[in-house]
Amino acid sequence: MNEMLSIKNLRAGIEGKEIIKGFNLEVKAGEVHAIMGPNGSGKSTLSNVLAGREDYIVSGGEVLFNRKNLLELSPEDRAREGLFLAFQYPVEIPGVSNINFLKTAINEIRAYKGLAPMEAKDFLKLVKEKQALVELQGSLANRSVNEGFSGGEKKRNEIFQMAMLEPTLAILDETDSGLDIDALRIVANGVNKLRSANRSFVVITHYQRLLDYIVPDFVHVLYDGKIVKSGTKELALELEEKGYDWIKKELVEA
Amino acid sequence: MTTVEKISASEKLVSDFEAVKKTLPENSFVQNIRQKAIEAFAKLGIPARKNEEYKYSNVQKLFQEDFTQSAIYNPQFTIDKYLIPNLDAHIIVLVNDFYSEELSSLENLDKTVVVSSLKKAFEKYPELVEKHFSKHADISSDAFIALNTAYAADGIFIKVPDNTVVEKPIHIINVISAKENTLFSPRNLFVIGKNAQLQIVETFASIDLTVNVISNSVTEIVVGENARVQYYRVQNENENSQHINTVSASQEKNSHFDTNTVTLSGGWVRNNLNIALNGENCETHLNGLFLANATNYVDNHTLVDHRMPHCESNQTYKGILDGKATGVFNGKIFVQRDAQKTNAYQSSKNILLSDDATINAKPQLEIYADDVKCSHGSSTGKIDEDALFYLQARGLGIESAKKLLLHAFVNDVMQTIRIEALREHLENLIHKKLD
Repeated sequence: MNEMLSIKNLRAGIEGKEIIKGFNLEVKAGEVHAIMGPNGSGKSTLSNVLAGREDYIVSGGEVLFNRKNLLELSPEDRAREGLFLAFQYPVEIPGVSNINFLKTAINEIRAYKGLAPMEAKDFLKLVKEKQALVELQGSLANRSVNEGFSGGEKKRNEIFQMAMLEPTLAILDETDSGLDIDALRIVANGVNKLRSANRSFVVITHYQRLLDYIVPDFVHVLYDGKIVKSGTKELALELEEKGYDWIKKELVEA
Repeated sequence: MTTVEKISASEKLVSDFEAVKKTLPENSFVQNIRQKAIEAFAKLGIPARKNEEYKYSNVQKLFQEDFTQSAIYNPQFTIDKYLIPNLDAHIIVLVNDFYSEELSSLENLDKTVVVSSLKKAFEKYPELVEKHFSKHADISSDAFIALNTAYAADGIFIKVPDNTVVEKPIHIINVISAKENTLFSPRNLFVIGKNAQLQIVETFASIDLTVNVISNSVTEIVVGENARVQYYRVQNENENSQHINTVSASQEKNSHFDTNTVTLSGGWVRNNLNIALNGENCETHLNGLFLANATNYVDNHTLVDHRMPHCESNQTYKGILDGKATGVFNGKIFVQRDAQKTNAYQSSKNILLSDDATINAKPQLEIYADDVKCSHGSSTGKIDEDALFYLQARGLGIESAKKLLLHAFVNDVMQTIRIEALREHLENLIHKKLD
C-alpha cells in the first residue's frame, strides 16, 4: 500500500525546549489515524511542526510526505503538495474575504502544479457545492476570514477550506474542542464525506467523543512527545473510560 | 576686511517679499493682509525642531537652498495621463499654481457654480472672497500659512451656491514643473453654500523635475449650513517633491465634511488639516492612508476644534512604512467648553515592514466640556505573523500573503472613498506600490 506520511524519530521544540522527543508514525493512503494525548503531551507542537511554523525548531529525525522531504519545504509548498492543517485556533483576518482568499489559494496551488487559474464560474460552482458539505451559509463565505465567526463556524470554515483545497493529507488539530454536539456532527459529517482511498487524515484530539463520528483506523496515544501506545478504535474507548492516568501509571510501572 | 553675514532662510524670504509683492495682483484689501502675513512670518520664522508642532520634521533643512518664488515656465504636456480612469468629473487644471482655462473642462458644470482663478475672484467677487480669504487659515498660528498668505500668486476659487448639488465630482489637477529651485505657494478657496453638495478630488503631478521644489499650499474651505462636502486628496508624486499642505475648513451647523488624504509617494510631505466645527450638529470624518518607503517622510497633523454642542468627529489614519521611511500622525482634538455632547474618535494604526522605518504617533486631547465622549487609540506593529502563517498554510506564497494582509489593513480607509472610480484607481496604485 502507498506510504503517504512517514515520520521517523522526530525531535522538535520551541524556544529551546524539546517537546517532541522521538516521534514515529506511518500513514498510508486512505487511512485515518487518531492521535490522543493529555494536555502538554505535544499534540499542538506536532501539528505546527508538520505545517511548517517557523517558531518550531526540528532538532532531529525525518518526515517524508509522498516521498518528499517535508521538512525542507516552505509552509506554502507543503500546502501545495497536498498537506492541510485544520487549525485549533483559526485566525481572524479582517478585511480579507473568505472567497477572495480561497480563490488566491486555489490558483497559487494550481500554478505550482503548472495548471491555469480556475475559471470564475467553476470556482463559484465549487464554492456552492463545498459550502453545502459543512452547512455553511453563503453569507459566511463572503465575509472576512473568520472575523466575528462563532467557534463552531470557525471550525466549519476550516473543513470548508479543506473541501475546497482537496488535500491528500489533512491534519485536524483539536477540531472538536469547544464544539457543541450539533457543530461536532456537522464537522465530522463533512470530514467523512471527504474520506477517500487517496486521502488520509491525522485527527489530533483530546476527547474520544469525536471518534464516535470520525471512526479511525488507528488510535495512538501521545505522551511526553512520543507515541506510547497504539491500537484500534477500542483504545480510544478504553482511554475515555480509564483516563490518561492509566497510561501514565503503566509507563511508570514499565 | 569686510565680513559678509549669511542671512537665514527666514530672513531671506522676508526680504525677498519686497520684490515679489510688486508682481502680485493687488487691491488694498489683499495688500494689507499680505503685509500682516509677512510680518507674522518674520515673527514665527521657519520652525525649528524645538517647536512642538514640528519636532519630528526637519523643515529647516528643506529651506537650506535658495529658491525662486515664481516660476515663469510653461511646461508642454497633455493632461490625459493625469486623468483618473473612468472618473466622470469636471476637470480643473492648475499649472505652476495658475488656473489654466484651456486645459480645464467644465462644460457641463451648473452655470451657477463659480470656478475661477483666485486672482480673478478678488476682482469679480470681492465681497465674498474678502469675507473668507485668510479668515479660516490663521496667519498667526503657523509660519507656512503666513508664508503662503504673503506669497500666493494664484490658485483656484470655487463657489457652490445655496441649494445646489454638483452631481459630478470636480477633479483638480495640480501640475508643477520648474527649471530652477522653486517655492510654489498655491492658494485655494472653496465656499460651499447652504444645503449644497460637492465632491472634490485633488491630485498632484510634477513634470520632469530635476531641481528642488517646495510646494507650500493653503486651501480654505467653508462648508455651509447643512451642506455635504467630500474632499479627497491623492499625493502620488516623485521622490524629489516636498510638500507642505494646509487645509483649513470651517463647518456651519448640520454640515457634513469628509476628507481623505492618501499619500502613496513623495519625498517629504507635511499635511496640516484643521477643522473648526462652528455650528451645532456637524459631522466630520478625517481619513488618511500613507505608504512610505526609502527615506520618505510623511507627516499628518490634524486639528479638530469642537466649538459647539452635538458634533461628531471621526479620524482613522493608517500607515505602512518600509525602508528607512518616517511617518508622523499628530492628532489634536479640542473640545471647547460649549461643545457638550461631543463625540470625538481618533485612531492611528501603522505597520512597519522594516526595522529601520519609524512612526511617531501622538494623540492630543484637550477637553474643557464635561459631557462628551472622546476616545483615541494608536497601534504600531509588524505584519500579523499568525495571519501570515495561516495564509501560507493554505498555499499562498509569502509575498502574496503579505500583500493580501496589507490590502486588508488599508481596506477600511479605502471603503470610506465613495467615488468608485477613484477607489479602483487607488487600489491599483496601492497594488503596484506593494509589489
